[in-house]
Amino acid sequence: MNRRAHLGALLALPMFWLIGIYIFSLVMLLVTAFWITDPFTSKVKPGFTLRNFEQIIANPAYFSTSMRTLGIALAVTILCILISIPLGIFMAKVAGPKMRALLAVAITLPLWAGYLVKILAMRITFTEEGFFNWALSPFGISGPGFSAFTVVLTLTYLWLPYMAVPVYTAIRQLPPNLFDASADLGAGAWHTIRTVVLPLIRPAIIAGSIFTFSLSLGDYIVAKFVGGSTQMIGSIIASNINLNPPIAAAFALVPIAFVVIYLVSVQRTGALERM
Amino acid sequence: MLRLSLAAKIGLGAIVAVALAFMYVPLFLVVFNSFNEARIATWPVTDFSLQWWGKAFTSEPIRAAILNSVIVGLGATAVALVLGTLVAFALQRFTFFGKQSVNLLVVLPIALPGVVTGVALNNTYNQILEPIGIQVGYFGMIIAHGTFCIVMVFNNVLARLRRLSPNVEEASRDLGATPWQTFRLVTFPQFRSAFVAGGILAFALSFDEVVVTIFTAPPGVDTLPLWIMNQMARPNEASLVNVVATVVILASFIPVWVSQRLSRDPADRD
Repeated sequence: MNRRAHLGALLALPMFWLIGIYIFSLVMLLVTAFWITDPFTSKVKPGFTLRNFEQIIANPAYFSTSMRTLGIALAVTILCILISIPLGIFMAKVAGPKMRALLAVAITLPLWAGYLVKILAMRITFTEEGFFNWALSPFGISGPGFSAFTVVLTLTYLWLPYMAVPVYTAIRQLPPNLFDASADLGAGAWHTIRTVVLPLIRPAIIAGSIFTFSLSLGDYIVAKFVGGSTQMIGSIIASNINLNPPIAAAFALVPIAFVVIYLVSVQRTGALERM
Repeated sequence: MLRLSLAAKIGLGAIVAVALAFMYVPLFLVVFNSFNEARIATWPVTDFSLQWWGKAFTSEPIRAAILNSVIVGLGATAVALVLGTLVAFALQRFTFFGKQSVNLLVVLPIALPGVVTGVALNNTYNQILEPIGIQVGYFGMIIAHGTFCIVMVFNNVLARLRRLSPNVEEASRDLGATPWQTFRLVTFPQFRSAFVAGGILAFALSFDEVVVTIFTAPPGVDTLPLWIMNQMARPNEASLVNVVATVVILASFIPVWVSQRLSRDPADRD
């Protein structure tokens, strides 16, 4: 068979599915963002208006939700990095082979424990009469309850393996003689970590951060169950999809825009090619 | 070697211990609370009972939700196996214009936030297909899940195909096998374990998915995650949710273990 026909035969069905259904739906959503909602009948009419996008910036509640979501996603990413680096160094350089294998399983298993199950687990942990407040009560302090802070903790809990696994793998792959050389030249452990390890594992950190950042950005179930009154971009999309589809559609572009900006700024560092 | 002082080692160990506690304590609380006598999760648990386990096993809504999740998961897996393998072959065997775009297209449904995918498909189902008389109903969920599961099969199969030697297939052809015979007897057995592993991951992904499902499930149909979510919003029978969650925790560890064994190379299997 001729190669072109062969390639066409392989790609016809997948492309029909992905473009005909998925990309088509995304494009239709994008188009809806420019449509008009009749304020009296709340019926959606095809047309062209930029009002929906204006709303995102002009409406203070919408704007602050976007900024809050961005802040939460960045906080989650930073927290994941701060946990993953010491975890990776401990696993690769301190733990023995048995301990290392055990820890490698231990950090990947929760990834599969079920998304909602983990949210439920955090809800039970941080609820008013829950474990966290119980553990803190001897010290006379109470935990964060359901708040934006708990949202950050829960999202970190959900996405940590996406950062911890690549960071650990990267540290493990560093040639041991680099550490010897650094020590022989008189660098202490801290100095070695800062000037040798960190620059070399940067691509892994960036790869992990793409997941932690974009997954946090689009999430709203966590905010719904452990956030108290905290709203995220997803909350606005979900609550408007039936009442005001154009505004929901316009808002759906906000996390996409953030992710694209993030990817482009990361790409400039050249980290994506080395992933 | 990285020369760490004892204090630094202890400090690192402490961070690891806290991180692990942070990962596992909440899960243990769920398991513990499934044996709680009380209606809602409490700490410390004072009275233990198996009553919620009994209720969960006889609950009709839970059984229906599991059945829905299995049907949707199997449907999505079937779609992902066929489409993911086709794309993997196209990208591995051919060089063509737009290859990178095809790769991106496969990854996109899982890279974009679930709420965007869900809302986009919901918009198509309700605003475009319904007015022209097409009711997707139950299939809407399977189509949605199939779309974001393709990448799981694709990744696994592509990684395996890249490591296969083309010589074996050439030998098969030289010995007079038809293309179909070569595929069935030579190529497929070589990537079968990656194919199965990808399928298991696709099923696990579909079984766990909730956000896209919220927007694509027909009214009155619950998958297991949807059932859990609805129960979480209604706190009066929270302990029942803990039982289901405990089963999910235990069950989720099994496919991961199996797929890890399958996707390992036969060469480095111990």
